[in-house]
Amino acid sequence: MKKPSAIFSSIWSFYRDGFKSMTWGRPLIWLIILKLFILFAILRVFFFRPVMAGMTDEQKSEQVGERLTEKPVNNTLNY
Amino acid sequence: MDVVFWSRIQFAMTAAYHWLFVPLTLGLAMVMGVMETLYVVKKDEFWKKTAQFWMKLFAVNFAVGIATGIILEFEFGTNWSNYSWFVGDMFGAPLAIEGILAFFMEATFFAVMFFGWNKVGKKFHLASTWLTGIGATISAYWILVANGWMQNPVGTTFNPDTVRSEMASVSAFWEVVSNPVAVSKFCHAVTSGWVTGGIFVVGVSAWYLLKGRHTEFARKSILVGGLVGLIGSGAVMLSGDSSGVHAAEFQPMKLAAAEGLRDGGRGAAFTIVPGIKVPKMLSFLATHDFNGFVPGINDILNGYTDNDGNYIPSVAEKMACGREALDALAAYRELRDVDPMTAAAAKYVLLDNAQYMGYGHLEKPEDVVPPVGIVFWAFRFMIGLGMLIALVLLLSVIAAWKDKLATWKWLFPIAIICIPLAYLTGQCGWIVAEVGRQPWTIQGLLPVNVAISSLSAAAVQTTFFIFLAVFALFLAIEIRIMLGAIRKGPAADLKNE
Repeated sequence: MKKPSAIFSSIWSFYRDGFKSMTWGRPLIWLIILKLFILFAILRVFFFRPVMAGMTDEQKSEQVGERLTEKPVNNTLNY
Repeated sequence: MDVVFWSRIQFAMTAAYHWLFVPLTLGLAMVMGVMETLYVVKKDEFWKKTAQFWMKLFAVNFAVGIATGIILEFEFGTNWSNYSWFVGDMFGAPLAIEGILAFFMEATFFAVMFFGWNKVGKKFHLASTWLTGIGATISAYWILVANGWMQNPVGTTFNPDTVRSEMASVSAFWEVVSNPVAVSKFCHAVTSGWVTGGIFVVGVSAWYLLKGRHTEFARKSILVGGLVGLIGSGAVMLSGDSSGVHAAEFQPMKLAAAEGLRDGGRGAAFTIVPGIKVPKMLSFLATHDFNGFVPGINDILNGYTDNDGNYIPSVAEKMACGREALDALAAYRELRDVDPMTAAAAKYVLLDNAQYMGYGHLEKPEDVVPPVGIVFWAFRFMIGLGMLIALVLLLSVIAAWKDKLATWKWLFPIAIICIPLAYLTGQCGWIVAEVGRQPWTIQGLLPVNVAISSLSAAAVQTTFFIFLAVFALFLAIEIRIMLGAIRKGPAADLKNE
């Protein structure tokens, strides 16, 4: 039976050799990296910060509770 | 146009964009699996090369589609924070399971599928190809469990202390997982993916036949793709029937809007297009009884008695219950620390009316009516185009099976046109499902105007246009790479990748 380190080593070389031998797939990998960069390093960081980040659970339930118990607002259900 | 509009339109655009990639992933996974199985069983290199070509197109679609679903999760936290908190673990658990499954199954088996042709055994490779598709399908299930709960919120109880819908036990989790709406949506969505994959293979193969290239590859691809698509079409019809019955049971307003049915009744007719009706068919489709009662928009607004003899309250009555629930929630939260007895009484009233809580936010009963025209026509396009595609798949399989492709050339342009039509069909299906349930994010519990965050319309508008630009760019790149790969064709695709 193979040692765990040997198993990890063969998995590593499987992926490494796979990526190295890519031809048409190479631009796709760059495309994925570019997309993930745009999503996580730009959009997530600068435009999509969770509104309730940093609040405790109590503060979150307080905020949502307040919103739920407000009286119906002027018609915002536009179609 | 206010922040509700921009939040909704942004979410709709992101979901619609995501759904451009998912069906082809699900469908091509089936086609590749069948082709590689033929290779392993028949030991015929032709099927290996054929499977490899379609895998290449699968990879292009996968690469551009990857992580598009994550954007929806960004939007939950930013644009839909009230909703995200309200649904709590109920929504988080299925999405977490989906994320873990998708990552591990797809990262592992996808890599074996592409890198492992000469490194692992044939059977292990075949298993990896199937498991890539199965992983994507299981992912779809968890997503649709979350979506199905929004359409039919079973298994949860509203907790006024945390202001969340919570699952109380393991059996509640099972209730959520086996939600009939989720199950039928899953079957409908996945098998519609098989149709998309099938017609994609048939359409691309038809293009080769038009150009006189790779004729044997194209004929056999049409056979496999066409059969996968046909099986998918049959399953879509069955699961669509089940979806119709569930809509009648859990979301009658959606069904009434999809039919443009103002006043319902027994033996209701199905409208093919305005002016052409099939007597009693709507009753049969909705209740499996030609004389079953189908409520129309006015019946739902005014209250009616359903097929089991239960009185369904009018929207005005539900609004009164909802306001009572919200008032009780306010009283409970104010008094729970100072007057526990009164707070307990308020909690009792709240939980007694909790199923109508969302109605308390409505201004007038008509707010529960979705945009009828959009839902009505999207429903008709979905069914009409779906039937056209099923017919084209059937004719393509017959032509390939009976070796009539050379004489049925008229079929090729139609098959090619059916590729974009399959995407349009899928989008129409989601429009029916999601626009048809407006104004709810969670049926009966939370309308969209309460579910959104306190953001300015301009902030959401900005990210909408950023997404629009990014999505358009990536879609253009995908189409370009995809068309390039198709133009090269299977003969250029024999490399070990």
